[in-house]
Amino acid sequence: MRHSNNVPLPDIPALIFPALLDTLIMVGIVMAIVVIVGVPLGALVHNLAPQGQFPRPRLHTVLSWIVSVGRSLPFLILMAAIVPFTRFITGTNIGIPAAVVPMSIAGIAFFTRIVENSLRSVPPDLARVATASGASPLQVIRTAQLAEAVPSIIGGLTINTIAMIEYSAIAGSIGAGGIGYVAVTYGYQRFDNGVMLATIIVLVVLVACVQKLGDALVRLTTPYARRQHRVAQPA
Amino acid sequence: MIRLEQLTKNFGDTTVLDRLDFSVDSGEIFAVVGPSGAGKSTLAQCATLLEPPTSGSVIVNGDNLSHLNAAQLRVARRKIGTIFQHDGLFSRRTAAQNVALPLEYLGVTPLESKRRVAELLDRVGLSGKARSYPHELSGGQRQRVGIARALALRPSVLISDEATSGLDPEATASVVSLIKELRDDLDLAIIFITHEMDTVRSIADSVARLDRGRIVESGSLVKLLHDPDSELGRSLQPRRAHAAATASAITWFVSYRSALVPADWVSQLGAALGSSVSLLGASIEVLHESTVGHATISVETSEDERVRLALDSLGLDARREDPVRLSVTS
Ligand SMILES: Nc1ncnc2c1ncn2[C@@H]1O[C@H](COP(=O)(O)OP(=O)(O)O)[C@@H](O)[C@H]1O
Ligand SMILES: [Mg+2]
Repeated sequence: MRHSNNVPLPDIPALIFPALLDTLIMVGIVMAIVVIVGVPLGALVHNLAPQGQFPRPRLHTVLSWIVSVGRSLPFLILMAAIVPFTRFITGTNIGIPAAVVPMSIAGIAFFTRIVENSLRSVPPDLARVATASGASPLQVIRTAQLAEAVPSIIGGLTINTIAMIEYSAIAGSIGAGGIGYVAVTYGYQRFDNGVMLATIIVLVVLVACVQKLGDALVRLTTPYARRQHRVAQPA
Repeated sequence: MIRLEQLTKNFGDTTVLDRLDFSVDSGEIFAVVGPSGAGKSTLAQCATLLEPPTSGSVIVNGDNLSHLNAAQLRVARRKIGTIFQHDGLFSRRTAAQNVALPLEYLGVTPLESKRRVAELLDRVGLSGKARSYPHELSGGQRQRVGIARALALRPSVLISDEATSGLDPEATASVVSLIKELRDDLDLAIIFITHEMDTVRSIADSVARLDRGRIVESGSLVKLLHDPDSELGRSLQPRRAHAAATASAITWFVSYRSALVPADWVSQLGAALGSSVSLLGASIEVLHESTVGHATISVETSEDERVRLALDSLGLDARREDPVRLSVTS
């Protein structure tokens, strides 16, 4: 079915690309915040556990619980629930700044768990080796935990980034701008199939690129996989 | 020198180490053996204070490590190198980067660190593998990297927990000879924890057996092997199947009691008894310039007391074997 007010095909890029840029900015800012906060927070939660560098079981339970709550709330509900907080921080509840706050909170909760899980999969022997080799607790965390978990953390970061692209579309639907906003206003509300299809293609390509980049980084940071890759390629 | 005094470790209500007392001198390799769950790994962890002991002291070169705070302990621990089971190498670091870890923690300049790492890798025979990652090395090579790392801060004590367990015999032999070489060159006091008795015989100067957190027996390796009443001495020796004696002969289990047993004791025994002596099986070797081991023989005489006396005068302990026992016919 065609509507008279559909965006003509040649005009679609002019509509999509600024929106894509908005999405990239939104996700980029959020991921920067997520990594800066999530890595130390994940390492902290991991090391407050009974086997960690500074075991505080009670505090660990509390922090872990807070992270779980953040993780388990559907994004739309989280976003709506913290509107007063968002307005307090950014002075607005629309646009990119307003989307960044709930996305960061959801992303930090997500990533904290990812970091914690990645650290848990590092053999705990290595922390003992580091301590026996004269490391301070912070040196243990940096070299025997985080450094060894880098490929796994990057793998998680990829999933997290893709989730944030999805969240940005949800945020876009309530007026934050970006690809999601275009998809909802043109594709959903005006039945503009051309625009709808274009947003879908852009999102699929974007997610595929992020995934590819993430996979490549995981390979690059895993000595074992790096070698396999080299061997697999014809000389 | 490392000395443990009344070292005790409880996990909750269970006592895993019970008032251990021993000391290891510079240049001495002290093996600790014991069944799984005896507390050997806990001993290694408490001796380096990775696990705080419940009570008792760890004294290294006269310094008591037991009452130090975390920062002081980091400094004191430099005197102790630790070799771990499963090598404990960092998978994302090359051999050289693994060896450099303790230097990096200490804050040694990269240039100085590079020089020292090259020296250490050379010392363990892995100069050519500096840039290899752990997964590119064999088990024995990985353990050598672990040894180089343990030596990075020039410790005077080395603690090894099952360093050769899981290695093939050839790699085990190479690690054992490396550790002995390092002991000689660097005058290290070494606590070598293992459950492999063959490895103990090839490496130890003295041995202690840990069982349920207590040292139940200990002594110099050769003394234990020469003591026919020592349970530890007996468990250190391989017990192999031997040929069956003829129906009329009597089977004896003979073990070396001293270093002075003549090499031709079998023929001397035959001459003294005036009857033929058959060698059915034996495990004899020279450790620390002393011959140790045991043999199963059969003699064509039923004068047990004469046989016993003749063997005794040759420096051998003799026990009549139970005639009804499973054995392998050759
Ligand atoms: N962190 C711990 N908490 C509680 N019990 C422990 C702990 N570490 C070791 N144990 C117990 O101490 C005993 C000795 O263990 P371990 O020192 O590993 O023995 P080994 O190395 O001789 O096999 C075992 O019964 C084990 O269950
Ligand atoms: Mg053990």
